[in-house]
Amino acid sequence: MARKIRVLIAKPGLDGHDRGAKVIARALRDAGMEVIYTGIRQTPEQITNAAIQEGVDIVGLSSLSGAHNNLFPKVVQILKEKGAEDILVFGGGIIPIDDIPELKKAGIREIFQPGASTEDIIKYIKENVKTT
Amino acid sequence: MKEELDRWEKTTLNRVLSKSPEREPSFKTTSHIELKRLYTPLEIAELDYCNELGFPGEPPFTRGVQPTMYRGRFWTMRQYAGFATPEETNKRYKYLLEHGQTGLSVAFDLPTQIGYDSDHLLSDGEVGKVGVAIDTLKDMEILFEGIPLDKVSTSMTINATAAILLTMYLAVAEKQGVKSEVLQGTIQNDILKEYAARGTYIYPPPESMRIVTDIFAFCKERAPRWNTISISGYHMREAGCTAVQEVAFTLADGIAYVEAAIRAGLDVDSFASRLAFFFCCHNTFIEEVAKFRAARRLWAKIMKERFKAKRDESCMLRFHTQTAGCSLTAQQPDNNVVRVAFQALAAVLGGTQSLHTNSRDEAYALPTEDSVRIALRTQQLIAYESGVADMIDPLGGSYAVEALTDEIEIKSREYIQKIEAMGGAVKAIESGYIQGEIGESAYQYQKEIEAKKRIIVGLNQFQIEEEPLRNILRIKPDAEKYQKEKLARVKKERDNTKVKETLTGLKRAAQGTENLVPPILEAVRVYATLGEISDTLREVFGEYRER
Repeated sequence: MARKIRVLIAKPGLDGHDRGAKVIARALRDAGMEVIYTGIRQTPEQITNAAIQEGVDIVGLSSLSGAHNNLFPKVVQILKEKGAEDILVFGGGIIPIDDIPELKKAGIREIFQPGASTEDIIKYIKENVKTT
Repeated sequence: MKEELDRWEKTTLNRVLSKSPEREPSFKTTSHIELKRLYTPLEIAELDYCNELGFPGEPPFTRGVQPTMYRGRFWTMRQYAGFATPEETNKRYKYLLEHGQTGLSVAFDLPTQIGYDSDHLLSDGEVGKVGVAIDTLKDMEILFEGIPLDKVSTSMTINATAAILLTMYLAVAEKQGVKSEVLQGTIQNDILKEYAARGTYIYPPPESMRIVTDIFAFCKERAPRWNTISISGYHMREAGCTAVQEVAFTLADGIAYVEAAIRAGLDVDSFASRLAFFFCCHNTFIEEVAKFRAARRLWAKIMKERFKAKRDESCMLRFHTQTAGCSLTAQQPDNNVVRVAFQALAAVLGGTQSLHTNSRDEAYALPTEDSVRIALRTQQLIAYESGVADMIDPLGGSYAVEALTDEIEIKSREYIQKIEAMGGAVKAIESGYIQGEIGESAYQYQKEIEAKKRIIVGLNQFQIEEEPLRNILRIKPDAEKYQKEKLARVKKERDNTKVKETLTGLKRAAQGTENLVPPILEAVRVYATLGEISDTLREVFGEYRER
């Protein structure tokens, strides 16, 4: 039997808008995943530490403050430096469409925009994380 | 009447219902209040007009806080704005004032709100993003350059660092030759809802509450026309709570502040008239109108019955409203103009004192100048063209509105009692109860949308293939660099001995019990930075960590 998918939902930067992060954490839990939510105001360093310690398969970053271009790539970069590049990173929040190509180039696998459903996100994770 | 209603139900109504059922088996508001099919005079048969509704400008203020309401003066049209550097934001303020805006509302960036200078490690990527960056008095001087502070009223969305920004404002006024006694405006200064929903806290709750009450005491003497707090339901509503929860949690926070101030030795009638409130206006029109009326009545009763306030002004719930940011969709963004118009109309019919209307592109970014103009025009259309401002509380007496006003008051009161049984709002926040309630409502709301039990036009029904909006406001990345350079210059040019002295003085005050606002004002005057002042207090008070 396949093991449970482990997910870290994280809020990088100073942004306190955590409605989306919390709703998604709960929806993923209801979909049978093991979910750790970091709480707000985390540095990329703290997020990657948590991801590695908790042995997650995938990290979801949420930012509504406009700091995503600085912070999201740093998470991917630090994971790589720590030899944990197998942990996938996706993101969401208030992210202008024109920022997405750069973010993807920096290694963020997917960006979910306002209006995305929790089902879309669940489906994405299930399709992209191998648990067998 | 009752017999006639029974007859109608059995005959005319039943004939139709037996052939075609209604759209839903039952209709509920967002606060789970079950709506009747038809409200009739029976709903208000028991209503004690003089005690429960009364007259505008008199307790319990159900029909409005001023005797003439908008026949005297329209609400203040106050668009929340701020981005990038003080230089750029100053230009936006002048633009808004030229277009007929009547008050300013300052949005600060997150480092400013959380007490970090622009050159702090944690400010990386955040400088000037969600608001304007303020590091020292110098920035505040630039922000209000050419804006006479005795002529405008200014609202500042600032909480953990409210004392710093307030004293900077006072210092700028001083330089303009304006006395602090005539200054009009509001600082949000509502730290409790930061722990519950918004997240810009610094210190633990008891120390934060001390700063809040120190500000009350200071302003009572030095800035008597200043609203010392804006007790806010807005952010809890945006985080997902219902209309009833919004009223309940906000007023429960209000009770906590009044109690803290009384404990700090203030007489209730000496500060209560400077308490202001801030609510959200969401989509469900009638429920929202009723919500504002219920909140006014309930607060008046709480102040009178519980706190024995003697002055009518102490019992008056004056409030700012912002339309619901969380109701905006990225899909078909022009639809947001219509959503905002409905919400703004409900706020006006609910008797708001000031109003911010959101812009159509805010699911994408901070709004462009064009979008902000449409949002401001929406308010002007309501004020000048719709006619609703020409009479007071025009929906008062509506069977449905009065019934819902009653019901929201009762349900909010029950919630407040529950919070009181836990030891009050501070305890209910520390234990995570309020956060849990908000999270639960948010999750249910999202599930309803995904199950299409709740239709959001353009999002889960009536979708089209469309290009995403590309013409959005971009904050130039050089804002951060510019702020850092300016900060370095100020640090070099100021009298660093004086800075050290004032910060030492502040630290001593924090270790003792004296009012913290005067020593903060001293530090601000000599260009101590926001981060230096906040760090001084961090050393004494420690920092709050989310559970």
